[in-house]
Amino acid sequence: MGYHDRDLSSFVTDVGDGIVHMDLAVEGVRCAGCMAKIEKGLAGLPGITRARLNFTSKRLAVEWSDGAIAPDTVVGTLRDLGYRAHPFDPGAAKSAEAAEARRLLKGMAVAGFAAMNIMLLSVSVWSGNITDITPETRDLFHWISALIAIPAVAYAGQPFFSSAFAALRARRVNMDVPITLGVLLAMGMSLAETFTGGRHAYFDAAVMLLFFLLVGRFLDMNMRRRTRAQAENLAALKGETATKIMPDGSTRLVPVSAIDPGDRVLIASGDRLAVDGVVDVGTSEIDQSLVTGETAYAAVAPGDRVYAGTLNVTGSLTVQVTAAAKGTLLDEVNTLLEAAQTARSNRLRLADKAARWYAPTVHTAAALTFLGWVLLGASWQMALTTAIAVLIITCPCALGLAIPAVQVVASGLLFRSGVLLNAGDAVERLAEIDTVVFDKTGTLTLPEPVLADPGAVAPEALRMAARLALSSNHPLAAALKVHADGLAPVAGAREETGRGVAAAIDGIEHRLGSAGFCGVSADAARAAATDASSLVWYRAGEASAVPIAVSQGIRPDAEEAVRLIAERGLATMILSGDRAAAVDAAADRLGIEDRRAGLTPADKIAVLDALKAAGRKVLMVGDGLNDAPALAAAHVSLSPVTAVHLSQAAADAVFLGDSLMPVVRSIDISRRARRAMDQNLWFAALYNVLAIPIAVLGFVTPLVAALAMSGSSVLVTLNALRVRMGPDRLGIAPQPKDGA
Amino acid sequence: MDILFILIPVAIGLGLLGLAAFLWSMKAGQYEDLDGAAWRAISDDDLPEDEGKRD
Repeated sequence: MGYHDRDLSSFVTDVGDGIVHMDLAVEGVRCAGCMAKIEKGLAGLPGITRARLNFTSKRLAVEWSDGAIAPDTVVGTLRDLGYRAHPFDPGAAKSAEAAEARRLLKGMAVAGFAAMNIMLLSVSVWSGNITDITPETRDLFHWISALIAIPAVAYAGQPFFSSAFAALRARRVNMDVPITLGVLLAMGMSLAETFTGGRHAYFDAAVMLLFFLLVGRFLDMNMRRRTRAQAENLAALKGETATKIMPDGSTRLVPVSAIDPGDRVLIASGDRLAVDGVVDVGTSEIDQSLVTGETAYAAVAPGDRVYAGTLNVTGSLTVQVTAAAKGTLLDEVNTLLEAAQTARSNRLRLADKAARWYAPTVHTAAALTFLGWVLLGASWQMALTTAIAVLIITCPCALGLAIPAVQVVASGLLFRSGVLLNAGDAVERLAEIDTVVFDKTGTLTLPEPVLADPGAVAPEALRMAARLALSSNHPLAAALKVHADGLAPVAGAREETGRGVAAAIDGIEHRLGSAGFCGVSADAARAAATDASSLVWYRAGEASAVPIAVSQGIRPDAEEAVRLIAERGLATMILSGDRAAAVDAAADRLGIEDRRAGLTPADKIAVLDALKAAGRKVLMVGDGLNDAPALAAAHVSLSPVTAVHLSQAAADAVFLGDSLMPVVRSIDISRRARRAMDQNLWFAALYNVLAIPIAVLGFVTPLVAALAMSGSSVLVTLNALRVRMGPDRLGIAPQPKDGA
Repeated sequence: MDILFILIPVAIGLGLLGLAAFLWSMKAGQYEDLDGAAWRAISDDDLPEDEGKRD
């Protein structure tokens, strides 16, 4: 199988009874056929006790009797079936979120059950109250309702109670505070009514409120889990692994989480570094574009520092792993990142902003109601009942759903456009931006090199060069591989690491690689070299060698995306760590006037701070390690999926694919979503303006409360669903001119 | 109105039955892979070996 040079045993966990378990992210699963093919294919292996593919998360769980097969065999079998799979780092698998989602679903089921049964009794009481229900029957119904409602509220209300309690302890008010207060007061008052044989109990309102809010929360949670799972799969498939050199000199592939400072790792040419460290043995050239934005390769020798995210281009290296040390680039990035993230955590979400005026308003209204009725000479029981009714009817059912419902719809739309949200409130912030700041390398340009001008090379030479490139690990060869047109690699091709590939085809030797490797003189090579691209040489037999220019290509639709962004009235800007010449070339082509080159991470933050001080709201789009602090400092940030891990974690959202269009689309979707959020908040305000006087005057009965609550919830949900509709639902149509 | 003493427990009992069924199905992992379940329903896995071998 040719796969035995990797040892995946650190991805395997023991589940007891001699059975071991491994989770894999699988790429390319598209239909039921794939599921059956994979599961049956693995079931055929000896010792396999379970192989089940989760089609939603595209993850495969495999279990087998320990020792029956090697984990490599599983990955190898999948590869033979045509699926790229990568084991999941057990340390990275988060089960806390899954447990939280299950908890919400259970709460929802309990609240739903309780709401239905209590409603059954409540409707009887409401109709009985205006006809001929006997007080005994009504009391019985109230008692049964109480017996259902008390455990249901105690169980289903916990997420709200604990969040409200935490907020109050931190001397803040969030949306869960009025919710908790409303629910508890409704329960308390209803219990009092039940004890005294009163006419009105609000058990149904309390439970229904919890049910509606839990639905909103569950949907929100589910969408976030789904995008998170997708992002984790991509991370696993990118192979966040390293080849660790064991003390006895053998090597073994381990997840990055299993590497400690002081370990030694082997980095073959063409590998991306997953750790930071100091070169121990070997010399090579390093592509640091993902880290500094610099596109020219840097030479490294023993003693030099190398960073995670960089690409080892030529030789193979042994690297001694270090933790982030003082004074290094990584240390600087980490310090800046921490500062930016602290500043960010002070940012208020829209919902909490609403809660800030909402809670005092309704609580004051309730207090005034109580005082007013007492002053007018009503009994204090009557005044208290009315005041509580004010709190119940204004309980933020609509307000609690107004924003989550829109967020769920918007993140679903974004998911389908290839944008995965990291932060739930990214949508509301994306809608506010007025400036888009791009990093150049890897963001405006493609992460992989491409041919500068495929037309400049004779088609036959290009085909042969591409065929040779298939046998190479060199990063530049990736640019040629796509031109191979389905040709098979040449049998017997040999790669000389760092120099090139040679193979005999029909007795003629073909060579692809550096100038020296193809017999080109140093002078000729210098003459052909340009600033904007790197050269790869191809030579067939004794014919003269042909230079093939490879460069960092601009993303195919970057020009259109930049134009569309400008059309939406947003300013654009480039902040790059690369040389001025390279930045100017890209900026001129894209028509971006405002560009800065040669920036350090701190410079980028300084520019963003200056923009912020000028009152601008910036969307930062970047991928490099040097962008991570800027991504965290910007008002909102996007990062391509090819970005280094740290940047992806710092960004509010990650977009997939080679296209830059997801940036435009996410702005469009967010603006629409923000409009719907604002409408929903206004609607919730209007609802309260109408409901409070009715409640203050004492006209609220449980029936009115139930109708108002469910009616307003349904309305805001329908308004949220409206975000999906409209002419520009799927593509990118002209943006309406009334942007937020 | 004595019928209430039978009907209300019946109504609540049926509701509890539904709740219990839901909690059981959740515990059994039936909501873990909704998309996959939809596809599995149309796969031919449950046919005898000779008929199911068409893929």
